[in-house]
Amino acid sequence: MPIIETKNLKYTYPIGTKPAFEDITLKIEKGEFVVLTGPSGCGKTTLCRCFNGLIPHFYSGTLEGEITVSELRVSEHPIHELAQHVGMVFQNPENQLFALSVEKDTAFGLENLGLPREEIRRKVDWALKTTGTFEIKDRAPYELSGGQQQRVAISSVLAMQPEIIVLDEPTSFLDPLGAQKIFEVINTLNKELGITTILVEHRLDLTSKYASRVIIMDKGRIILDGPPKEILSSEEARLIGVGIPKVTRLYHILKEKGVNLSKVPLSADEATEVLLEVLAK
Amino acid sequence: MIKIDDVHFTYPNGVEALKGVSLEVQDGEFLAIMGQNGAGKTTLVKHINGLFKPSNGTVVVDDIETTKVSVAKLARKVGFVFQNPDHQLFSETVEEEISFALRNFGYDEPAINERVTWALNLLDLTEYRKVSPFMLSGGERKRVALASVLAWDPKIVILDEPTIGQDNQQKERLRQFIVQLNRQGKTVIIVTHDIEFVAECKPRVVLMAQGKILAQGEAEKILTNYELVNQASVVLPQIAQLFTNLKGKGVPAEVIDVYEAAKILLRRLGEPA
Repeated sequence: MPIIETKNLKYTYPIGTKPAFEDITLKIEKGEFVVLTGPSGCGKTTLCRCFNGLIPHFYSGTLEGEITVSELRVSEHPIHELAQHVGMVFQNPENQLFALSVEKDTAFGLENLGLPREEIRRKVDWALKTTGTFEIKDRAPYELSGGQQQRVAISSVLAMQPEIIVLDEPTSFLDPLGAQKIFEVINTLNKELGITTILVEHRLDLTSKYASRVIIMDKGRIILDGPPKEILSSEEARLIGVGIPKVTRLYHILKEKGVNLSKVPLSADEATEVLLEVLAK
Repeated sequence: MIKIDDVHFTYPNGVEALKGVSLEVQDGEFLAIMGQNGAGKTTLVKHINGLFKPSNGTVVVDDIETTKVSVAKLARKVGFVFQNPDHQLFSETVEEEISFALRNFGYDEPAINERVTWALNLLDLTEYRKVSPFMLSGGERKRVALASVLAWDPKIVILDEPTIGQDNQQKERLRQFIVQLNRQGKTVIIVTHDIEFVAECKPRVVLMAQGKILAQGEAEKILTNYELVNQASVVLPQIAQLFTNLKGKGVPAEVIDVYEAAKILLRRLGEPA
């Protein structure tokens, strides 16, 4: 049974004249690492809001079709119940943080579950250390930089160790090395703990190598859906204008000029491997 | 011209954000400031529009020392677009947002209307003229913030993280747009973590770490130096990483551009480029 399943899902915001997305039929299996991308305004953030029930419980408007998450029909279960299964990291961390200290923010969800003190302590410390926020645990989130706030938002979600984690451009304010480290942590959690991961990102150079699947949306619909190498090397992906990794682009340019590399690279290391094959000849 | 000379800055809470920074920026230049979170990048650019005054050292913008004029006066010259557009936007509609500063600068209504139309068109926002900025997506709000600054035609434009929330086509438009501004003789300074965007634009790069400038120079020189960028918590762009890996295989090291990379590889493989 898929951990997320939608059938003909369609949503229109209360002020909207046309649907934010429509005709979304999707199955995501447990343990998948999905990178969801597409031009601004394509409906990807709105779709994510359905995964934890913000739509239809918080945003009014019209939701049609079906959506089930962790075997719960989203329309029939409140956000706080869905939140135990789905952790969400928003685009703007300021919208997410509210407690007076980083530590309290990270502990909040666990305290609400009524877990034993020791277990809360252990999980909070792990989340703080994993995201590199242990040193700032006594600081107030509002006095932190955007990058640090993003780490705290991720920390609060990780502490819950949810089955599904949805991240909407979670590292946009982080420096490149910091962002890379966070993506590696997310990747490790996905591979080792089997946490189903949905990552909304424009920067496919940094993220597509971790994905088991790439979904591209455009104008409220899913246009492409499949293995990263297949999707990102397709002509359609280039035409929609998503940020194809530079080495994948390089593969294409070489191919047009008659140089065929043995496989489609997504990362610099993969590109090195296939280029060494032809350079050695 | 901007002349920053041995600037130190300490926040009221005692944090020393800048520890002796010197930098010159010529008219019409395109500069990218990169580096670690908390390295002092935003603090530094806020000195250029006078929002911060140095604790020590001087900042001179077009022969005016920033301590000697008001922020309002400097703003005519230096437009600043913040990292988070929500810190900047406050009006009921996009149109009012863009008109606000123009009205403060004393433009008459027909001129305001003309400039608003121009800026909306430039940033692909025409359809949102009468819409509240808060109904728009993060990426769109960012463009509204940019439009409201460009509308008054400042000579120096500072963009703090302009590519956040922007898709690939919008980034490409932003790139072309910065080239255009440079051609008109405007100085553009961006603060960014987006290495691939910098690799495409190839501005002069200033790397910062711990309140100091670690290095500055052409993008090809800086962004291909692993040890250097690593110290600033930056990573190599994909193409630079690839060419670093291919060291010793008969290809040059300082490559960051995908088209140049293709040309070099084709030449090396003996195919007609």
